[in-house]
Amino acid sequence: MNAEHSELLKEFTAEEVATLDEIIARHKGTPGGLIPVLEEAQVALGYLPASVQKRVAKGLNLPVSRVYGVVTFYSFFTMTPRGRHTIRVCLGTACYVRGGKALAEAIKKEVGISEGETTEDRRFTFESVRCLGACGLGPVVVINDDVHGRMKPSKLTEVLDLYS
Amino acid sequence: MRFDTLSDLKNYKNEISQKQDKGKEIWICGGPGCVANGSMAIAEEFIKALGNKSSSDENTSLWHSIKVLIRPEEKETEKLIRTGITGCMGPCENGPVVHVEPDGLYYQKVTVDDIEGIIGSIKENIPYKAKAMSGLDDKPAEVPSAENIPFLAKQKKIILGKMSTMSPLDLEDYIAHGGYSGLIRALESMAPEEICNEIKASGLRGRGGGGFPTGVKWESCRNSASEMRYVLVNGDEGDPGAFMDRALMEGDPYSVIEGLTIGAYAIGSSEGIIYVRHEYPLAVKRLANAIKNLEEAGLLGTNILGTGFDFHVEICEGGGSFVCGESTALMTSIEGKPGVPRVKYIRSTERGLWESPTVLNNVETWANVPHIITNGSEWFRSIGTENNSGTKVFALVGKVKNTGLVEVPMGTTLRQIIYDIGGGVAQKRPFKAVQTGGPSGGCLPASMLDTPVDFDSLTEAGSMMGSGGMIVMDDRTCMVDIARYFIDFLVEESCGKCVPCREGLKKMQMILHDLTNGKGREGDTKALEDLAEDISDTSLCALGQSAANPVLSTIKYFKEEYIEHEKEHFCRSGVCQGMFRIKIDEEKCKSCGLCSKNCPADTIEKLDSGKYCIKQEGCIRCGACFEVCPFSSVDIVNEVIDDD
Repeated sequence: MNAEHSELLKEFTAEEVATLDEIIARHKGTPGGLIPVLEEAQVALGYLPASVQKRVAKGLNLPVSRVYGVVTFYSFFTMTPRGRHTIRVCLGTACYVRGGKALAEAIKKEVGISEGETTEDRRFTFESVRCLGACGLGPVVVINDDVHGRMKPSKLTEVLDLYS
Repeated sequence: MRFDTLSDLKNYKNEISQKQDKGKEIWICGGPGCVANGSMAIAEEFIKALGNKSSSDENTSLWHSIKVLIRPEEKETEKLIRTGITGCMGPCENGPVVHVEPDGLYYQKVTVDDIEGIIGSIKENIPYKAKAMSGLDDKPAEVPSAENIPFLAKQKKIILGKMSTMSPLDLEDYIAHGGYSGLIRALESMAPEEICNEIKASGLRGRGGGGFPTGVKWESCRNSASEMRYVLVNGDEGDPGAFMDRALMEGDPYSVIEGLTIGAYAIGSSEGIIYVRHEYPLAVKRLANAIKNLEEAGLLGTNILGTGFDFHVEICEGGGSFVCGESTALMTSIEGKPGVPRVKYIRSTERGLWESPTVLNNVETWANVPHIITNGSEWFRSIGTENNSGTKVFALVGKVKNTGLVEVPMGTTLRQIIYDIGGGVAQKRPFKAVQTGGPSGGCLPASMLDTPVDFDSLTEAGSMMGSGGMIVMDDRTCMVDIARYFIDFLVEESCGKCVPCREGLKKMQMILHDLTNGKGREGDTKALEDLAEDISDTSLCALGQSAANPVLSTIKYFKEEYIEHEKEHFCRSGVCQGMFRIKIDEEKCKSCGLCSKNCPADTIEKLDSGKYCIKQEGCIRCGACFEVCPFSSVDIVNEVIDDD
């Protein structure tokens, strides 16, 4: 227990751990409570490394393998820390036929990382998504919560400069 | 506002309907497209301009008083005016959209600078011409009301009917627009069996794409012996290019919940769960707000309207997995496990969520229910065609002029939707294909444009109705590349449980990548067809069974493109890198120089003749010249061109 606790404290503050415990306690005993716990934990902590998964497993009285299985199945969960800003390029069919692919390539070049990765300085995490429902504005890039519609590779540098 | 009995609610509805002067309303579209175009800031400015304090709270539908001119008497009268944000109004291409009621006027591409003008026009009681929505021939409509705007006039809005004229947050608004008439009728005068029968008689089929008769599903669940039954909403809309369910959950959440409540009463359930994908945070927020308001009003909870009927609704957020839209996978996911499907020896209506009988319907299916119960199955059958009654909502997107959300009677042809409503292909390019049904659907060519849109005709044509994504493609879309795109998507989303889907799709993916990278080999197309057949025959769930459709339909209708990729390593659409050359036809070139100005590689030169020519050595084949040339003089060719 102590070893696990100190493993957690290496990555998170005591308050964050307390928040995690509170989330676990709130869903304990609810059938199907695992996914909501993980969703809330990810929002609170940013990512779900092994130490967090062990804590959740113990708290909900589930095998760690079960927690790991769920974390790795759903694309929402991540086991690595994320950048300060998330760039999401839409590759939904509508954006794709309007040039989303070229845009994704341009972003890769611009920030120097591949899809799913985070830059070393943790400035950007780069992801692709399928359809954000803003098809009329395609191709679309979303940075954090800001939608940039009708994007072109030539406009990229200017837009990315808004996020430091 | 609380209703303890049926008569409470009926009296309230009566009161509202007798209210005469409803004042003026300015509705600002809060659909995802318009929000991305800045409609929220416009709403704020409208509120400020009318003298109300702006509020950062989303719940802004505020009343104010202005003087309005009455014609032809030319006298002024005091009117109440209200501003608010709606769900998606539909004409996404021309957002931000503003809608003025009760005059029914639509304005497009509205900016902050138009606010004074719009308010002024309301005071004067005339349309605001500067931003009137486009009518025929793309000219601003004289009077921009729905019947003068082709995009709106040719639709039949039932499910989307209320969405342009009410706040999605406001329960009073929903009730004032006819909401909860269905539940009143169900609880007051119909036995649960009668409701099942009414839905059966209506011919309503599952709008998620399967097309299974909803009433039959309900009845079979009702007849399964159990203490506990569940009703679920499938809001895990995962098809890329589709946003109908999102629009409904965000724009008219009460109608989905009213339908669900009627369904619960019909099958004898007291627990409902709405499964929404986490990529739709606003939908979750709006649904949660609706549930809270309904509980406070006594329309959800215990002893609803004093009838002894108990019903509770919860929201469950999905974790981002396409296969969770499959019914059994969705239920496994709610149970907190990885969402993998199971074999359906036993139907979910007998043993579904937590081993109890369960009815799972799509968002749009549930939203149809209140209309059917209110107006009767005969009315519903009068819309659409014989085996496909009612309407269907589509997300019309891609290379079409008027992208947006549209609702049409079943049986409307693809041509009517794309050309009459959508205004044809964007930039007047030639039409190549229309994709329906998402990754499980297919691409249909121009020769199939007269196919009526219904479950059976589309399946027969080799595509699928699907949940309602409709993506238009022009001559610059490569069909092999589109097949590769969908197979890439499906490889990523295959849950990995059964071998044909997991391994077979990967194999198809490899072949398609080779074909689109100039490494096609003789026999690749045939190999794809064989694999496709095996995967369809042997996969466990609908994802795998339909996964080959994008490949099969493109081979069926665009075989020549496959053969060119396979044998000549040529991409006629100019999409697959390194598989085409670009050339300027000197005969057609009018020496305008636009291509040269737009060439990012600076490789287009002016010849002595004044015409332009692409130096092949530096050309990166981005196609910028092709896009900008106003005289179609840039060609995609399959030949080696020497630089002189």
